[in-house]
Amino acid sequence: MYRYDEYDQTLVDERVRQFRGQVARRLAGELTEDEFKPLRLMNGLYLQLHAYMLRVAIPYGLLSAVQMRKLAHIARRYDRGYGHFTTRQNIQYNWPKLEDTPDILAALASVEMHAIQTSGNSFRNTTTDQYAGVAADEIEDPRVYCEIIRQWSTLHPEFSFLPRKFKIAVTGAPNDRAAVRLHDIGLIMRRGDAGETGFEVIVGGGQGRTPFVGPTIREFLPKKHLLSYLEAIMRVYNQLGRRDNLFKARIKILVHEVGAEKITEMVEEEWRHIKDGALDLPKEEVERIRAHFAPPPYETLAAAQPAFEEKKRADGAFATWADTNVAAHKVPGYAIVNLSLKPVGGIPGDATADQMDAVADLAEHYSFGEIRVTHEQNLVLGDVRRTDLHALWRKLRDIGMATPNLGLISDIIACPGLDYCGLANARSIPVAQRISNRFADLKRQHDIGELKIKISGCINACGHHHVGHIGILGLDRKGEEYYQITLGGSADQDAAIGKIVGPAFSSEAVVDAVETVVNTYVELRQNGERFIDTYRRVGKEPFKERLYAAA
Amino acid sequence: MEKTVALQVVTANRIGDGTVVYLTRVGGWSERITDGEVSRSDEERDTLMAVAQATAEIPEVVEPYLIDVVEEAGVIRPVRYREAIRAQGPPVHPAFGQQAEEG
Amino acid sequence: MPLLRDGALVDDPWVTVDDGTQLPMDGPAIVSLERWQAHRDELLGRNAPLGIRLKSDQPPALIADDLDRFAVVALEFPVFRDGRAYSYARLLRERYGYRGEVRAVGEVLRDQFLFMLRCGFDALEVRDEKAVDQWREAVSEISVVYQPAADSQTPVWALRHRRSAAE
Repeated sequence: MYRYDEYDQTLVDERVRQFRGQVARRLAGELTEDEFKPLRLMNGLYLQLHAYMLRVAIPYGLLSAVQMRKLAHIARRYDRGYGHFTTRQNIQYNWPKLEDTPDILAALASVEMHAIQTSGNSFRNTTTDQYAGVAADEIEDPRVYCEIIRQWSTLHPEFSFLPRKFKIAVTGAPNDRAAVRLHDIGLIMRRGDAGETGFEVIVGGGQGRTPFVGPTIREFLPKKHLLSYLEAIMRVYNQLGRRDNLFKARIKILVHEVGAEKITEMVEEEWRHIKDGALDLPKEEVERIRAHFAPPPYETLAAAQPAFEEKKRADGAFATWADTNVAAHKVPGYAIVNLSLKPVGGIPGDATADQMDAVADLAEHYSFGEIRVTHEQNLVLGDVRRTDLHALWRKLRDIGMATPNLGLISDIIACPGLDYCGLANARSIPVAQRISNRFADLKRQHDIGELKIKISGCINACGHHHVGHIGILGLDRKGEEYYQITLGGSADQDAAIGKIVGPAFSSEAVVDAVETVVNTYVELRQNGERFIDTYRRVGKEPFKERLYAAA
Repeated sequence: MEKTVALQVVTANRIGDGTVVYLTRVGGWSERITDGEVSRSDEERDTLMAVAQATAEIPEVVEPYLIDVVEEAGVIRPVRYREAIRAQGPPVHPAFGQQAEEG
Repeated sequence: MPLLRDGALVDDPWVTVDDGTQLPMDGPAIVSLERWQAHRDELLGRNAPLGIRLKSDQPPALIADDLDRFAVVALEFPVFRDGRAYSYARLLRERYGYRGEVRAVGEVLRDQFLFMLRCGFDALEVRDEKAVDQWREAVSEISVVYQPAADSQTPVWALRHRRSAAE
């Protein structure tokens, strides 16, 4: 993974000192809250219902064991012993003190981490495929370009006061595990006519109040033009994005209002002036960054691992876990292991400091010391030998991260919701817990198969409910919590926004409603269809009928 | 007897640590909503907010605002669920917030 | 209002004249885009330096052909959150080659100084004189830049390889 050189380190150290100064001025009353708020947001510090919340950047979801241990330390020393992994591959702490935040940032800087631009109206974390670099279906490792984008977008003087936040996602595989079409800019690595790799460029996707699947504005962009093209897009957006209405300020609104064709025209026109210039990274720099993502020292192993197969035969629980949570690795004899942060009845995405330390140890022991965070709020150990899977599984069970539910109904994404968030209208976590408990039976979960439930506590959609196979949106109706169900959303290469199925359900009724939807699917499915396949075949009517039959 | 709903208290977050606090009769800030000074008229409301905003300038607290409360048998309770959560702590984590201290 | 250039408060010879107000006979004056568009000849007829003030929804493309008429271009930040002028300043410098004074006016706060300088502003109209003391720290507190802009700072990637080439 990328390691800081003296320049990178200097930047984060200076940033800590800068923020320390800003906090001191605030506490001395030299800055009003209005003046301080954008500064603290630019360092990821929110004020929420009960306390401040600090969002720490985990660039494109990649962490070292050393860094994970520091996150555990911060949870213990400065928070309440836990953290929450988010839908943008970051981590959030719910109870930091403002007066401690400079020290927290200093602790992060000591392990090459920061909270720069995890909030505010600038570039946020550039996210990617959690299997980047090791996926069997990958064309090229997108993390090299994520790091290039991360650096270019850090404290960019022209784009630090955009109309709104800006989110970029990159994937290197045709199976899109990064939801790139739901981002302000999405980049898909593609092969050009001469076989070289480049990017398909998508602009104007997003969720929130007005969800859109982003259109492609350029089918193929050669890699050398990446930063100049991005800068052209940003310059158009910075000048033309709406500033009169917070809810219409994202680039997706601009794209929708002027049209993809016009946006393309404007971007290409701006780009004409700046391409082949100062924003072309020298080859040496690209190679320097690429070298950090060189493959680890894999052993030469056989693809067939009879010992592993034997363990599966002998132990049904292990077999279930291996079949569900383990994905194919491009190197023979290796596997990608998903660590579930969705224990039955648990809080999706939460991990205790002890769990974090344990994961760090496991990463060092089994996976070259690296961990990935997924946008579905789980963790990944990307390079595990198949022969180690059984031993790893047993240790994961000991720390409660071996629930064999990846992509199943209890692998729920939920935002923090009204339990924590100042923007929320309703609670989301207890709905996730109740659904998880209702479907606790593993056999039933496996019979249902792939079913992605995503829950948001408000229209800002941090739970990504728009792209849930079943999406749940919490509402406040006259002081009562109600939940609107959408069906048929999808975050992968067949990206789609879910459709509202009918009137919202009370808190008491929503879990039954979800069960009705599930039962309807089970009844109607054919030929091994997943839920999403059946929905696409039969549409929402059968589900709507069953849900509102009594009414 | 009817519950009166036109009552309000001022709440904010303490600047240093973000703790939820309520403005008291003596112009200080308490973590307990029961210590909150209840305003029963427009005038009282304005006075409370003026005191709160002065404190915010010092700065002791951040972003003070008024919330509706009801008074039942001498106990002050927020009207909105959101404010009940702020007063008590996150329901999903009973070990945190006021609810833990009372429990 | 105090004017900050290169870390020092300087005398400001410029007067910003409201649209409804009579222009002074001589002396440097800054006018709005609307006034420029409506009274161009009259303004050019004055035997005194001219400046123009653009609102945040008035991009410099609107005056690109006339830039050599203006000794000052003032760009507004109606609120500090409105960051359009950062792009405008860069366009003035890098696209249109403008060499006159580019002045930041409006809500110009210490924590934006560095971004402003990097984008090509060379004069900042500040709220009060405290800004002078804040200046030096504000413009030097981050010494590493990751991207090229309108200033002359070398982005890190160039430093990295310049250094290796030298070794």
